[in-house]
Amino acid sequence: MKRFVYINDDESSPTHGLYCDNRISNRKYTLFNFLPKNLMEQFSRFMNQYFLLIACLQLWSLITPVNPASTWGPLIFIFAVSATKEAWDDYNRYLSDKTANEKQVWIVRKGIKQHIQAQDICVGNLVWLRENDEVPCDLVLIGTSDPQGLCYVETAALDGEIDLKTRVIPSACTGIDFELLHKIKGVIECPNPDKDIRRLDANLRLFPPFIDNDVCPLTIKNTILQSCYLRNTEWACGVAVYTGNETKLGMSRGIPEPKLTAMDAMIDKLTGAIFVFQIVVVIVLGIAGNVWKDTEARKQWYVLYPDNDPWYELLVIPLRFELLCSIMIPISIKVSLDLVKSLYAKFIDWDREMIDLETDTPSHATNTAISEDLGQVEYILTDKTGTLTENKMVFKICCISGNFYGNEVGDASKDKRLLNAISSGSPDVVRFLTVMAICNTVIPVRSKTGDIVYKAQSQDEDALVHAAAKLNMVLTNKNGNILELRFNTLAIQYEVLETLEFTSDRKRMSVVVRDCQNGNILLLSKGADEAILPCASAGQQTRIFNEAVEQYSQLGLRTLCLAWRELKEDEYEEWSFMFREANSTLVDREWRIAEVCQRLEKDLEVLGVTAIEDRLQDGVPETIYTLRKAGINFWMLTGDKQNTAIQIALSCNFISPEPKGQLLLIDGKTEEEVGRSLERVLLTMRTTASEPKDVAFVIDGWALEIALKHYWKAFTELAILSRTAICCRVTPSQKAQLVQILKSCDYRTLAIGDGGNDVRMIQQADIGVGISGREGLQAARAADYSIGRFRFLRRLILVHGRYSYNRTAFLSQYSFYKSLLICFIQIFFSFISGVSGTSLFNSVSLMAYNVFYTSIPVLVSVLDKDLSEETVMQHPQILFYCQAGRLLNPSTFAGWFGRSLFHAVVVFVISIHAYAFEKSEMEEVGMVALSGCIWLQAFVVTLETK
Amino acid sequence: MAMSPLLDDDTTLFDVNLDGTSTSEDGGYEPIPAPKTKSKKPPPYSRFTQQELPACKPIITPKLVIASFTFIAIIFVPIGIAALSASNKVVEIEERYDRECIPPIYSDHILQYIQSVGTDKTCTRRLTVPKHMKSPVFIYYQLTDFYQNYRIYKSSRSNLQLKSKADEGSELKNCGSVQTVGDEPIVPCGLVAWSMFNDTYSFSVKDKALIVNKMNIAWESDKKGRFGSDVYPKNFQAGGVIGGAKLNSSIPLSEQDDLIVWMRPAPLRNFRKLYGRIDVDLEANEEIKVEIKNNYNSYGYGGEKLLVLSTTSAFGGKSKFLGIAYLTVGGFCFLFAIVFVIIHRFKRRDIGDTAYLSWNRSPVGYYIK
Repeated sequence: MKRFVYINDDESSPTHGLYCDNRISNRKYTLFNFLPKNLMEQFSRFMNQYFLLIACLQLWSLITPVNPASTWGPLIFIFAVSATKEAWDDYNRYLSDKTANEKQVWIVRKGIKQHIQAQDICVGNLVWLRENDEVPCDLVLIGTSDPQGLCYVETAALDGEIDLKTRVIPSACTGIDFELLHKIKGVIECPNPDKDIRRLDANLRLFPPFIDNDVCPLTIKNTILQSCYLRNTEWACGVAVYTGNETKLGMSRGIPEPKLTAMDAMIDKLTGAIFVFQIVVVIVLGIAGNVWKDTEARKQWYVLYPDNDPWYELLVIPLRFELLCSIMIPISIKVSLDLVKSLYAKFIDWDREMIDLETDTPSHATNTAISEDLGQVEYILTDKTGTLTENKMVFKICCISGNFYGNEVGDASKDKRLLNAISSGSPDVVRFLTVMAICNTVIPVRSKTGDIVYKAQSQDEDALVHAAAKLNMVLTNKNGNILELRFNTLAIQYEVLETLEFTSDRKRMSVVVRDCQNGNILLLSKGADEAILPCASAGQQTRIFNEAVEQYSQLGLRTLCLAWRELKEDEYEEWSFMFREANSTLVDREWRIAEVCQRLEKDLEVLGVTAIEDRLQDGVPETIYTLRKAGINFWMLTGDKQNTAIQIALSCNFISPEPKGQLLLIDGKTEEEVGRSLERVLLTMRTTASEPKDVAFVIDGWALEIALKHYWKAFTELAILSRTAICCRVTPSQKAQLVQILKSCDYRTLAIGDGGNDVRMIQQADIGVGISGREGLQAARAADYSIGRFRFLRRLILVHGRYSYNRTAFLSQYSFYKSLLICFIQIFFSFISGVSGTSLFNSVSLMAYNVFYTSIPVLVSVLDKDLSEETVMQHPQILFYCQAGRLLNPSTFAGWFGRSLFHAVVVFVISIHAYAFEKSEMEEVGMVALSGCIWLQAFVVTLETK
Repeated sequence: MAMSPLLDDDTTLFDVNLDGTSTSEDGGYEPIPAPKTKSKKPPPYSRFTQQELPACKPIITPKLVIASFTFIAIIFVPIGIAALSASNKVVEIEERYDRECIPPIYSDHILQYIQSVGTDKTCTRRLTVPKHMKSPVFIYYQLTDFYQNYRIYKSSRSNLQLKSKADEGSELKNCGSVQTVGDEPIVPCGLVAWSMFNDTYSFSVKDKALIVNKMNIAWESDKKGRFGSDVYPKNFQAGGVIGGAKLNSSIPLSEQDDLIVWMRPAPLRNFRKLYGRIDVDLEANEEIKVEIKNNYNSYGYGGEKLLVLSTTSAFGGKSKFLGIAYLTVGGFCFLFAIVFVIIHRFKRRDIGDTAYLSWNRSPVGYYIK
């Protein structure tokens, strides 16, 4: 499926009017469909259907025990509240859409530059942007103010990253005159709209007189997407390819599935149980009432029972009891729970102790409905880089052609031997530094003071370029394809011919450059050891590098291998052709490119290994220690190497060193090997399960893939047995799969991460926590909670989670208690009133009881703290109670049920006896009983809140 | 193989893609706040937002519990004793007359007797005053097994109609089968008014009539608010079946105290309703002659009719229940207090002893390095 976009098209073009205009609409409702649609939505919930049924039954005056207003009032109120909230949200969406839609933009129409509203942009229009303009729709660049056709965009609104990204015009458009851009004609062949913001596989063909008919490939690098900002570029101009709600941003908008907490599920279950109880009561009393009516009531002449009943007469008494008992399920429970939950969420937002002082980021609860789940977490799955560690990379040590520079204490950049080698110009070292400095996508920017500032998209590249600069190999300028380096005092220029980009499958990147001094073409590569070392030329000994990698990762450092190779002119030419061809394919482009790159990245000469340190965040070991003490199990899922992962795990209390702890390794390349290894580990796990020993298993991505595919059951058992696990070299989808496994075993999982690669795991888990860190805000946006640092997790769970759980448990059960109390009294009263379904209370006082007397006192519990924060932090084991759901389960609920029964008996017996005979007056007794209930429930609230 | 849309990760050190990347540490350009990012203003500080509101949290120590139980016992027991003695001081005369007031010749045709219009149903009873009865002496009639709380009965009335003349015809449908005669509405309509009690009593001591004061036996609020002074009975008991009492159609409803008393439904099937007051003291051993017009049909449903004369105390009429309830609660509290004292004395536990925490008590379970 493709779409053809005719650049600068007019009414004459074949696709005119085929695609939607640029009107953005995030609205859920329109003015006309709001009421029906919103009501439909609300009535799709069982509870609401139930309440509506009750309310309708009350309209039948023959059976209604109380004024229908006492049900209709709250019902309408509740519906109005949620409808108003929806309407308000929708109105705000409408307003923001409107501002976006009515923004003035410059476009070219019929060859004339015009100022129009953003909503009138059509596919194919030429859009002109100035510096700091917001991009109104997805554009394919065709011209910028930069002579090389570069421009810079900020994509923060799209993916949360605040660095600048380079965008470039397609090669076919280079050199087109500014004036001619108005008249440019051509066709862009692009796929139908999708939501992948990292990919665009399209082609561009310009019509004569603009160059030839050649197809020019377009990638995401040639586009600027809606909601980005144009920065550091005077102007840019592009063709609208996707507009309105069909832009990449528009397509990726979606309503996430609402998450249901364990507690919600429990409350639903209990509501169901109460419903069944109610039905039983109704049936029993209904039958009893009819029997009494026929045997006794007919003897009472003053009742004047008519002899010929209408057919529905049998139903009247049961239905009356149904109505009398309908308050058993409190109508207010959902609303009040929602209300207090959003307050808990606000408490998280407001918490001063969870503000990251460095960046001034407060914590934020995006999902307001699941705070009590935080108190019930059993498994935490955590990412490593950026979550446990700072993600502040510093170049530490390196190994250049067999020589080790730097050690644990001293950085390589201070190593005398390395400095000597540099000043003497040892060719190996120089090459090594060159690769460090230019094999990357870093952009050097000269600030006003004349310093060079590097804009890097990856922390590792940043660390390498900085280190190279420290070692006198300074990347000074990048001007289009020309790179300038300064080594000592010598200026060197390179021309970048191709960039073989990094992908997570290839795990390496390369650049092809031409040395401008002697015209040699060089291939420079860097990447993970397992991606580079197998590509080494046959003659080279890589043992020393393997050892270096091993040794460095033991120190918990991140390693990278650097390599290079000289290319012959014709080899490059031949390859370059294939590369361009692969680049312009529409189908499987990525795979084709990877294949072509593979052809070039071979027979490499490995230059050395770099090691980069990523420090642990503050308070990580303590946090993990406390949370483990609270009975929470930790799994670490990382894309990093096994050794590095284990080292980090050791240093942050994840696992204990021998002999207290034991690490069990699951590895293997084939199905049988993995199976055997898994069996062995399981056996050890089972035998040591009773010992007080810290057993953890380690598995890598490859073995995990096999284990998940062929040994699902065994692996699930392992997951249940093991309190700690380290999974290294895992992909984002594997992370999500692991969460899925734990969830399928009925564990409450919390996933915490900071990068885009954690998003799927975060969305999959019961609770997703994002660290708003250096890898952008993507994880934080997808998450239910975003925090600034890992150590805030302790407070989030132990303080906020626990309190929320306790409070919600109390509040929900209390709501049932107070309703049941009234119901039981009504039921008792029916036994002395001929089982006729007379209501002891009048409707006004009933409503006041529900709305006023019982709702206000209980609000106190929102601020209730059973234990002080310090006590909880000191004894994190207290969390077991929440984890096991000890405060809200069928047995505690039965306790509350019994309590309301007991209280009802006491209130009823006392008020009936105290007001016997001459004082006996119905309204009086009703009032006395009701005030008895109010006092009792207030007493219960005081007793239960601490 | 298509690449997953999200990047692999940490190892993958140099992403060039849009995603999973970050800025360099030193910002080179002026950061322009993106419009959609949340403002990073620190949240407002208050003790509420930080959940630090002052709270008083009593620690429930054994001593506190014992003290409060003792306190309750000390308060409740005297109240109970006072209530009991007050109840004992109340003098009450109960006289059941429903059986006795049927002439023996009608004993096989009770219903026929009670429903006959012309028969004289006067019946004389003699009561002996057991103790001195201080005025005011309240006269009640007591009915048993009469379900004034039965739903159809209780709701068979029109409150609007009782209140004002203008609403004579409103809410008639509430009144069920006692709504109209012909097309004219019945005032007051409904089963409750229709079945009004209509026995009358007249008392005499030593052939001297005792004046029964029937003023102010109904609630003041009822007379003022619920029963209109411009509403006069109309078409009452004019239908086919006659229920109970008839009303004087020249007196407005607000002055018909007997009706107002009757119209307040009783929650129990055995109830007393105020008939009147005797404003003179009755001496011990005096004989009171009561002339009863035995009109009301309690035989149809098998209930009893009683005449009750009673004095009052601060706690109301004769009722042991309150006193016993107070005494029971007080006694139990006292008992608990003693039990707690004993437990506290012999099986002491210090407050805040962490050894009692569940995870410290059981060595098995979770282990932490």
